[in-house]
Amino acid sequence: MAAPMTNDQSWFYALALGVSFLKCLLINAYHSTDFEVHRNWLALTHSLPAAQWYYEATSEWTLDYPPLFAWFEYGLSHIASFFDKEMLVVQNLNYASPATILFQRLSVIVADVVFFYAVKECCKCLREDKGKYLLGKPSFILTVLLLWNFGLIIVDHIHFQYNGFLFGVLLLSIARHFQNRHFEGALLFSILLNLKHIYLYIAPAYGIYLLRCFCFTQSNADGSLQWRSFSVVRLVTLGTIVLSTFSVSFGPFIALGQLPQVLSRLFPFKRGLCHAYWAPNIWALYNIADKAFSILGVKFKLLDINKLPKASMTGGLVQEFQHSVLPSVSPLATLVCTVLSILPALFRIWHRPNGARGFLRCLVICALGSFMFGWHVHEKAILMAILPLSLLAVESREDARIFLILSITGHYSLFPLLFTTQELPIKILLLLLFTIFSLTSLKTLFRKGGALLNPLEATYLLGLIPLELICEFVYPLTVWQKTFPFLPLMLTSVYCALGVTYAFIRLYISLLTCSDSTKKIKTQ
Amino acid sequence: MENWSLFSLCVLLGLTSRWAVSFHSYSGAGKPPMFGDYEAQRHWQEVTYNLPVHEWYFNTTNNDLNYWGLDYPPLTAYHSLVCAYVAKLLNPEWVELHASRGYESHSHKLFMRATVLFTDILIYIPAVLLYCFYFCDGSSKQKVATALCILLYPGLILIDYGHFQYNSVSLGLALWGILGLGLGWDLFGSLAFTLALNYKQMELYHSLPFFCYLLGKCIKQGLTGRGFFQLAKISLTVLVTFALCWMPFLSDPKQPLQVLHRLFPFGRGLFEDKVANTWCSLNVLIKIKTLLSRETQLFLSFALTLLFILPSSLKLLSKPNLWQFKLALVNSSLAFFLFSFQVHEKSILLAAFYCTHLGFCLFLRLMFFLFVFFHSMLPLLVKDGLLLPYVVTSLAFLFLSLYLLSALERSTEEELRLGIYRKLTRHWLPKLNLSRIIKWKFWFSLVAMAVLSFTSVWLEPPAKFPDLFPVLVSILSFLHFLGFIIYFNLVQLMEPQRKKSQKKTN
Repeated sequence: MAAPMTNDQSWFYALALGVSFLKCLLINAYHSTDFEVHRNWLALTHSLPAAQWYYEATSEWTLDYPPLFAWFEYGLSHIASFFDKEMLVVQNLNYASPATILFQRLSVIVADVVFFYAVKECCKCLREDKGKYLLGKPSFILTVLLLWNFGLIIVDHIHFQYNGFLFGVLLLSIARHFQNRHFEGALLFSILLNLKHIYLYIAPAYGIYLLRCFCFTQSNADGSLQWRSFSVVRLVTLGTIVLSTFSVSFGPFIALGQLPQVLSRLFPFKRGLCHAYWAPNIWALYNIADKAFSILGVKFKLLDINKLPKASMTGGLVQEFQHSVLPSVSPLATLVCTVLSILPALFRIWHRPNGARGFLRCLVICALGSFMFGWHVHEKAILMAILPLSLLAVESREDARIFLILSITGHYSLFPLLFTTQELPIKILLLLLFTIFSLTSLKTLFRKGGALLNPLEATYLLGLIPLELICEFVYPLTVWQKTFPFLPLMLTSVYCALGVTYAFIRLYISLLTCSDSTKKIKTQ
Repeated sequence: MENWSLFSLCVLLGLTSRWAVSFHSYSGAGKPPMFGDYEAQRHWQEVTYNLPVHEWYFNTTNNDLNYWGLDYPPLTAYHSLVCAYVAKLLNPEWVELHASRGYESHSHKLFMRATVLFTDILIYIPAVLLYCFYFCDGSSKQKVATALCILLYPGLILIDYGHFQYNSVSLGLALWGILGLGLGWDLFGSLAFTLALNYKQMELYHSLPFFCYLLGKCIKQGLTGRGFFQLAKISLTVLVTFALCWMPFLSDPKQPLQVLHRLFPFGRGLFEDKVANTWCSLNVLIKIKTLLSRETQLFLSFALTLLFILPSSLKLLSKPNLWQFKLALVNSSLAFFLFSFQVHEKSILLAAFYCTHLGFCLFLRLMFFLFVFFHSMLPLLVKDGLLLPYVVTSLAFLFLSLYLLSALERSTEEELRLGIYRKLTRHWLPKLNLSRIIKWKFWFSLVAMAVLSFTSVWLEPPAKFPDLFPVLVSILSFLHFLGFIIYFNLVQLMEPQRKKSQKKTN
């Protein structure tokens, strides 16, 4: 797309500016309740002392992000007062004047500058970055995959959240580890944890990696651990960095004796196993299996219809999903499953660390494992796996293949986030844009060695097209729309769950089988 | 990456930005009693659906011509009728006679926007892609870049998807016409252009180049032999197309006359509002509107328009090739815009479209684009509440074309075709570096326009001259347009055609 002769980095700015223009055009698009959530946080951080932040409950959208994010909102609120002072009043629920919308949208767009910088740093970490022409350069492809990421655009700039900024911090921290600037990386990650605690899911990867590859300064020749090389200084420094970040963030609240209150806001365990719309994970498959068993059971007179829990038969997806045949799942069970799912990966990088790339792979597995087995997972959490995986995708063929499957199904599963007719064309167009780009560019990048996807995978991905047609165009015209309004959502999440599970398994295989990355490069 | 994927990415980007602009307001949103062009289009659907054909253009009890009466040619009316059938299917309230006046709702807006997108995909975008594929210079990458620039051209996007009109239909049809002529399918080309003419009378701006090109081609083949036969075929095509389009109105001689009367409302005066053409700018010095009688005004504007078209048309007649044809298109549309009777500010879009896209050097294109844009569109779009998409899309376009086609470095004298000026100026100013002067002028104009548009949006004009800023903007643009028309005429008349285009036309 860009001028073919440029050797400099100007294409990067062109891509960044281009996507920013697109984001600006979306200012007037639909925004979800998250818009009101963030407006409320702006208001309460602006008008109340910090001591009341985690107690304030005028709006139902109470502050449930860690303190650093609250301070970020506090900073924003000072700029917000130049736009419209009314948005900073806690009592003005659902306030959305044009100036408020403009300010909030612009704040997301401007905060993405962090993301741009992080992407630029990530591009520098690529192993091989030669390409005869621009469109075939790995760094160019990576930049587009990250900056023009479909999920980020629709979640941040239509649905409304600050993920771009947060992922910017995450990617920057990853890039710092690639550049062997581990202290900075650790600092950035602990800041990230204090901005949004969902990143706790990938903390194990960080912990093991830093301990193994940084605190132990040397490995044996075969890559196994050399116990004597342990550096206490490094461990203490790391500990100080992390602890001081946390004390800056949580310290004041601990001093005020509010820690239990803060934690109860951050971890609300009252929610159900699945979100209203099932995220495409194991539990979606579990639920559908349960449903299938119960229907079959009723049909073959094995179960009594009157004894079944009501919700399971109405077809509605209420928050508390009662399983009728299979055992119900408790939060503890999901936690155990999550830990079990990531343990092998952690063991693997402990024994054969495989450098920063091994760490990144482990990080993606942690993100994906928690997505697959976690309690009350949001479909948006899939981005935590897709974005870091983009880095690997431009470097190896197998990862490119996993990336394609995961990104297409994961992004498609975000479609129900935007349910308004007005946004229907834009989400389809943007997904096509991203998918066509990633398919063709990765195909060109790994030209040698035939097709990236095998026929089965390609058929599965093509199956998304009829699925979309049925869910958005055909189904609303049928009579079932009234009786089973949630059926399309269920279909979507189950179909996507298959792809995500498949990608997860493949990713695991790639981690456990790739013996040594250095060997792989030589053979390529 | 393969070309098909690059082209499809361009199309997707174009469509995405179109739909994103459509989230914004439209002309006359929530402004009773007259609303705006959006309501006009909806009203036409209502009228064409509910009334018999012979009432469409007449003032009857059911058809109040003072409330957005139909004043576009029959093809627009048929298009409205088709849309009305779909609308009826979706929600009968949208096209109910009388009761639906001023109907506004979110879903109706969606429907209207979707109709624009549909025609765009059907007519305009394929034409653009084919055009870039066949008639752009350079490598396939450059073709893709040009396609992207054309598809993201903000003028059209903002007017069609913001303000609300169906310009992409008439422009797309005209582009099909150009494609037809370029590929040597003269009959197809004239058919497409006749359709464009029957969709929007504004396409008359380009009719003379089409006519001259085809006639010149026939003359070249020999008017007594094959050429005559060809000419007869072309005229037959045009006549039959016209007859088919006007069929329902041919039963009664009163009908076509009334339609023509609606299409060319000479009663509305020489100009309206602030347009950057000659009359409006002269009006600052001399009050022409009151000084001269209506007939004299009409005659004067007709004579001047003709005077400015004739040279380029005659040249085209004698040398009918594609390069000359493109230049003649630009010259004729500029001449019409500057001198003809009753010009809308939006009609500069047409001239601008050809100027910006038919393969002239980028530097000029951008210049042109800027003036068109900063001038005519700003007040209109601000009125419609489209300031945000206006700023975003025009900045994006400017940046994109500057970046993709990296302009200013390469705007050499050769490319600007300044040879003529050189010859003229060499006598008295031998050391003048023309291209540098033009570059400086470009930046100067850019700054002047930015300042002016900023002031006209955010500053209150002095009480004595409430129209100060619009008048300043339109005079400045007028001067530039005048410069452009002289320049393009000189290029067309004096310079031998380029080698590249020679190759292409063979």
